[in-house]
Amino acid sequence: MSEMFAWAAIAIIVVASTTGDVLLSYSMKRVGDVGEIWKRRGALAVIGRVLSTPTFPLGVAAMGVAFYSLLFGLSWGNLSLVVPASASLTFVANAVAARIFLREHVGRRRWIAALLVAGGVVLMAV
Amino acid sequence: MTFRKYLVLAGITVFSTAGDSLLARGMKDVGAVSLHHLPGLMLAILNPWVALGILFLLTFFTCYMSALSWADLTYVLPATSLAYVLVALVGHFRLHEMISPTRWLGIALIASGVGFVSAGPSITPGHERENPHESPDAIAQEVKS
Repeated sequence: MSEMFAWAAIAIIVVASTTGDVLLSYSMKRVGDVGEIWKRRGALAVIGRVLSTPTFPLGVAAMGVAFYSLLFGLSWGNLSLVVPASASLTFVANAVAARIFLREHVGRRRWIAALLVAGGVVLMAV
Repeated sequence: MTFRKYLVLAGITVFSTAGDSLLARGMKDVGAVSLHHLPGLMLAILNPWVALGILFLLTFFTCYMSALSWADLTYVLPATSLAYVLVALVGHFRLHEMISPTRWLGIALIASGVGFVSAGPSITPGHERENPHESPDAIAQEVKS
């Protein structure tokens, strides 16, 4: 039974953190290269632009959901199941979501990288 | 990719590892926090390890946001996954933890994944705009919505 709760938590973590990453990446692409803005307009302009991007707080909120699900997941399941399972699935989910929602060009090189890292994370927890 | 940008990627790796380790160290002092005693979670910030950990994680978040402003998500995530390797190596050389052959294989897989992605382009062509609000794409999107 607790195994089922752990996997439910893992599913929520994967969905929430992927949503968060996609929203944050989308926000920052809208803001533009922060190094350039900093050089031309200063640090306050960077902070102002980031905070005034409506998808930014949504992304942070999704990350918050992922963080608290991780805490709950850890209280139900094993550290050695919840952390690597959610981390490696998030890598793969992010590659899919970035391709669909951010229209990033996920070529063969990036697929292999995402799968290698996801596999590596699982092995490191065994 | 300039040297400064590689430095930001390195910052993501180092600060997330250091932040997590400091939090873990501090929470050992604080002890288990029960759901019925949430104020205990607030008091945890008073622990110097936890406070320093949060400071490091805020620095990590700043670096992460900066990287996402000029690189693809599918580039930044694998490129900074060396953090997992870093944690293992710190455990091995500083805390004298044993690393099993399977874990070494995991480290090798992650490292090769990082090598694979960082040898490729860091951003999808057409995504690297000076001012995204004035690009034809953004205008088309605003017309649609």
